[in-house]
Formats: sequence, structure tokens, C-alpha cells
Amino acid sequence: MIPSAFDYERATSVDDAVARLAAAGGAGKLIAGGHSLVPLMKLRLNEPGTLIDIARIPELAGVREVDGAIEIGAGTVHHAVATSDLLRARCPVVAETAATIGDPQVRNRGTLGGSIAHADPAADYPATLLALDAEVRIQGPRGARTVAARDFFQDLFTVDLAGDELITAVRFAPVRTAAYAKLYQRASRFAIVGVAAALDVAGGTVRSARLGLTGALSHAVRLTAVEEALAGRPADADSVAAEAARAGDGLSDLNADIHAGADYRRAMVGVFAQRALRAALARG
Amino acid sequence: MAQVSITVNGRRRTAEVEPRLLLVHFLREHLDLTGTHVGCDTSQCGACTVLVDGRSAKSCTIFAVQADGSEVTTIEGLAKGDDLHPLQDGFWEEHGLQCGYCTPGMIMSSVNLLEDNPSPTEAQIREGLDGNFCRCTGYQHIVNAVQNAAARRSS
Repeated sequence: MIPSAFDYERATSVDDAVARLAAAGGAGKLIAGGHSLVPLMKLRLNEPGTLIDIARIPELAGVREVDGAIEIGAGTVHHAVATSDLLRARCPVVAETAATIGDPQVRNRGTLGGSIAHADPAADYPATLLALDAEVRIQGPRGARTVAARDFFQDLFTVDLAGDELITAVRFAPVRTAAYAKLYQRASRFAIVGVAAALDVAGGTVRSARLGLTGALSHAVRLTAVEEALAGRPADADSVAAEAARAGDGLSDLNADIHAGADYRRAMVGVFAQRALRAALARG
Repeated sequence: MAQVSITVNGRRRTAEVEPRLLLVHFLREHLDLTGTHVGCDTSQCGACTVLVDGRSAKSCTIFAVQADGSEVTTIEGLAKGDDLHPLQDGFWEEHGLQCGYCTPGMIMSSVNLLEDNPSPTEAQIREGLDGNFCRCTGYQHIVNAVQNAAARRSS
């Protein structure tokens, strides 16, 4: 399949990329790994006039510690996230999430920034970024800004990112007691349902919990009812799991497709919320 | 048009191409390296897998211009003269193919797999070949072939 013709440019820095986007007007589109964009271009569902390649901008790649937080550059490929020693030690849920994406070839090319900018309703990272209360760092012609993940994911393939802006990184406070559990669509490896859970446990009690859900709705969301029910509960696996069993009950407008109907997805939200919580506690 | 310069199997190749030319078509049609196959053309089956800067990648989902300045290895680049690569020997010995259509992609993914993990378990091999489909073998002989190659490499 052959995409529509386009012009190709390579940006050398974040500022250069922002300038090139502005110069291209509305016809410019960023490409990094291209593993969401190129398939869409081949189907001619997306026909940018100018592709601006940001894959080789050094400042966009890498996992680093900044002021006690962890920052992942938007251009970091999934394989690098999945195998990061820093993440495995300090915040294993993020490495675990990246390791579930697609297949090895996809993980060698696809990037964190590309995944969240595209915001497929079945993408994995959004659930985990919500559970970590991550912030998304953005650069544009009006300067730099930061958006909380819970405000970033807005609707189906819709995020708080203007056409002339670039995601530079995500940043979060690392949480060890966090895990991601996913019901795989067997062929594509996308999430039919995916739940990330992050717990703050002290003195045998859950002080607070955050859960991010992907795959079930038009976009990733926090499971706030479960979070509220868990706060103050004993931090033992069975009582935590019991609170999460009906995590899907309050959801409306669930996705339904050939892989899973809405009722099945609703049931699986509870099942995978429980699995994520048990796995998170096991890391305590 | 855009000029690309890509080192393919150790040889620098320069060409004027349309930016929308996919890497797999650059390899097959501009360089006559037809060992890399187009299977599904939708980023799923892995028949088009090559190494880009040492990592396995689906060449149907990369524009040639994105690979400008990169090193690409295809199935044609594995053997040294008449000496087959350990994975090619392994696929031969263990009958890791039937029709052969998926085989170049299987082998290139396996190169990446064994670079990352020289002694994979059967489960790790199956996981490492998650992005490659075979519709003939039922995969068991392919797993055997990779195990055979891993043993050759370590001996």
C-alpha cells in the first residue's frame, strides 16, 4: 500500500522541530517510530503534506532521574523502556507495560511520545501514566507547558496537544508497588482491557490507590470509585481484590467489537483490576 | 525526491527516492535484494523484517528516508561466502521452513533475539518471534531451528 506523496524533513533539536512544524502550517506532522502513523498513511487515513522526523533528536531519548522523579524522553523506544535498569529497579510497572506492547520489532521502533500522542483507545501506556499521576511535558511555539495525564487523554484518539506542539517527555514520581495487568488481543497484542494500579501502602494499610484503565472506553480513564473504596483498607491481597471485583460496574459506553462485547469487557475490568492490585501488593 | 544513503549489508547505497518509498521497496526494487518479502503489508506478519542499526524492524512500516544514514542488514547479508550464518544452518538442519515465505523475516528476528539472549528458553523463543507469522510449520520446527543455532553459536 502506497501513501500519498509528502515532503520529508529531519529535525535536529526540539526547537528546530517546533519551528519546522510552524513553517509547515497545518500540513506538518511529526514522525518518530512511525508505528501508528505509517500504517494510517498507507491506508490514506492520514495524509500529511510534510513529515518532520524527530527520531534522531538526542534530547528526546532516554530514561533519567530528575529531582527524585523519573523522566522518559518522548522519543524513547518501547524496547529501551522495557529494558531500563532504572525503571526496573524504581518503577517496574513502566518497564512491564512497555514489554507488553506489540511485538519485538514494534518495540524496537515505536516510541512513548508517539503512542500517547496517537492515543489509541487500546494502547497500554495511558493506563500506566494515569496510575502514576504522570505529567506530560509539551513544547510549542507558545513555549513549554505541562499537562497531567488525567487531563491529557480526552477522547477517542484525542489528547490535549495542539497541531503545532511536540511532546518532549513524561515525568512521574516512581512507585514500586505498582503493576499492569492486561487481557491481550491475541493477534495484535493490543489491550482488550488493561489496568494499571499504583498503591501507597504504609503500616499495613492502603493510604491511597490510583488505577488507570485502558481498552474498555473511548480513552483511558482513572477508576476513581475503586480508588476511593481502597483508601484506608488493610493492605492484604484478598481485601484489596474484593474491593476491585466490581470495578467495571459503574462504567458506561464500553467498547464492543469482534474480540469482546461490552458486557465481557465490563467483567474483565474487575478481573484485571484485581490482578493488577495483587501484583502491585506483591511488589511491596 | 530525496537523496538517501543507506549502508546495506556493509555496502553504502545512495539513491534519489520519493519520500513515500517504503524501505522494503527500496531493498527489493532499487537494490534487487528480493530476499526480504512483503507479506501482510500492515505491520503484522514480520515477513519484511530486517535489521536497522542492529535491531529487528518491519521494513514495510519504515520509509527509506527514515533509514537515511542507517545500517541495514537483510537476509542476503548473513552468510559469509559459502559459510551460512548459524541461524541459516539451524533452519536447514531442523527443517524450520516449508514454503519459505516467512523464513527471511523469521531468521532476521531470530538474529535480534539471540543477540539479546544467546541461550533462550523455548518460551523466550516463542515470545521473541511474536512479531513473525508462519502459516505452514506450526512453529515447532522454527523453535527447534533457533535452539539449534543457539547451540552452534555457543559451541
